[in-house]
Amino acid sequence: MRPRPAYRVFRVVALIVVVLTLVAPLVWMIAASFKTNVDIYDPAKALAFSPTIGNYAKVLQQANYVEFIVNSLWVAFAATVASLVLGLPAAYSMSRFNMKKSALVVLMARVIPGVSLLVPWFYVFSNLKMVGGFGVLIISHMFVSLPLVVYIMMGYFDSLPTELEEAALVDGLTHIGAFRRITLPLSMPGIATSGILSFIFSWNNFMFALVLSDADTKTLPVAIFDFVGYASIDWGGLMAATTVVTLPIMVIALFVQKYVVSGLTAGATKG
Amino acid sequence: MATITTKAARGTPTAPGTPGWVRWVDHHRKWIFAAPAMTFVAALLVFPLAWTGYLSLTDAEGSVRAESEFIGLQNYLDVLSDTERFWPSVGRTAAFTGVALLFEVVLGMAIALLLWRPFKGQKWVRVAVLLPLVATPVAVGMMWRLIFDPNIGLANQLLGWFGIGPQPWLAGQYTALPTTIFIDVWQWTPMVALILLAGLTSLSDEPQEAARIDGASTWQRFRHVTLPLLAPTLTVAILLRGIDALKTFDILYATKGRGGGSFHEVETLNVYAYGLSFDYNEYGVSSTVLILFFLIIIGAMWALTARRKEAKR
Repeated sequence: MRPRPAYRVFRVVALIVVVLTLVAPLVWMIAASFKTNVDIYDPAKALAFSPTIGNYAKVLQQANYVEFIVNSLWVAFAATVASLVLGLPAAYSMSRFNMKKSALVVLMARVIPGVSLLVPWFYVFSNLKMVGGFGVLIISHMFVSLPLVVYIMMGYFDSLPTELEEAALVDGLTHIGAFRRITLPLSMPGIATSGILSFIFSWNNFMFALVLSDADTKTLPVAIFDFVGYASIDWGGLMAATTVVTLPIMVIALFVQKYVVSGLTAGATKG
Repeated sequence: MATITTKAARGTPTAPGTPGWVRWVDHHRKWIFAAPAMTFVAALLVFPLAWTGYLSLTDAEGSVRAESEFIGLQNYLDVLSDTERFWPSVGRTAAFTGVALLFEVVLGMAIALLLWRPFKGQKWVRVAVLLPLVATPVAVGMMWRLIFDPNIGLANQLLGWFGIGPQPWLAGQYTALPTTIFIDVWQWTPMVALILLAGLTSLSDEPQEAARIDGASTWQRFRHVTLPLLAPTLTVAILLRGIDALKTFDILYATKGRGGGSFHEVETLNVYAYGLSFDYNEYGVSSTVLILFFLIIIGAMWALTARRKEAKR
């Protein structure tokens, strides 16, 4: 049955409003990153401005952003890989042996406010001379991404039929062999989903790096604050910095949209 | 054949000549698989949480290495009778979470319903919906800080077109919290919409058709067919978003800085506890606030899941 004409008009208008509300601010941010600070202050130049890459030159050269981009990439990549290595077998076990209570412990990490762990972490890791290093940053980001991997992959393994594993056992594989050679290759979509989400959450994480990083190891979300002074804000530089942080992750998300959506909505429809 | 399958499923490696240690590992795979992840989480979670619990009973301050004394429940008495910072931040946390969640659920439901049935260009709308929620929250906060700037921001320019005078937005003592709620709604409504859309897509068409044949109006079908079927998904969405909304930190810190602004206008419990810990080094008091905060989160979750179980019955 086709929707009534009145509804179709309403839907088009509503969709345009939704899309504009969600996209226009991002476009505005990107536009401002190509303006001089003088143009940003001039309402008449809102859209009609002569673009400059001066802000990006400033961000990438003076503000050492290349270093922070590398830091962010390295921390997010390492935390994601480590979370998959620890998380995949754990999620598999928890799914196959129905370990509800153990799963709850891991999921607690998603519920607890990060601040309540940061003081003890800071104490322990500064005694180990690790504060300001990459190790502690990766560990703290894993605290976010590991529960995510376990949560998504438990649902994925639950939905995977066990017949193929059983057939592999009949053919003489060990359980671990069956997991490695049969289950994991079959789980590639789930692994991609949880890996991508884990990367995004780590890339976007702010609070842990704010406390645990130092001038050399800080990640992009912390480095953004370099452009916020007490007296004034360098808006052009700031918007270039925020664009450098957000644009790559948005572009990645577009290419792997299917996985991002299935990860964010994981477990939502099981009831 | 059948006997072999049962034997295999019960968990003995079947290949002859498998080394003993491989058999042992395989037999104990349940815990060998789960232990590393669980140890990792437990080490970073249980022990620090216990420590925070202990710190809340001491007068620890200054340096984490400084001597501290056990003072029992004194911090709890102080914090719970603190009407200057603690209770206002409880109120702000509740207001922020409650109002943001309400808008996110209502708007998210509306967007999910708009996207439910296929139409031309749906792919592009889904892309637009995805963008805000993958954007880095601190950067989102900075972006809105420019748009809401009282002097040069786009928001006041737009209002000017409609003849409305400039608003202080983030800079105003009473407008800051609503403005941060708006930012949260902008960023996270898409998440609620996507979860609800996944729920809608998984619904079967039959009840809808049946209701249509019975002559139910669009609203009646939504209210009496779609909504009840969607209830479990809705609870999950509220639970996931609610927990994160309670813990909101990034956009508040990005827009208002330390202490939630000079009048603490957006100081929620998380921001307050962060400031106590890392700006004032009041570890004892901050631990007390955090334990209370944690109890509030657990309480809210418990209330929601209890309702969900009741609804299932």
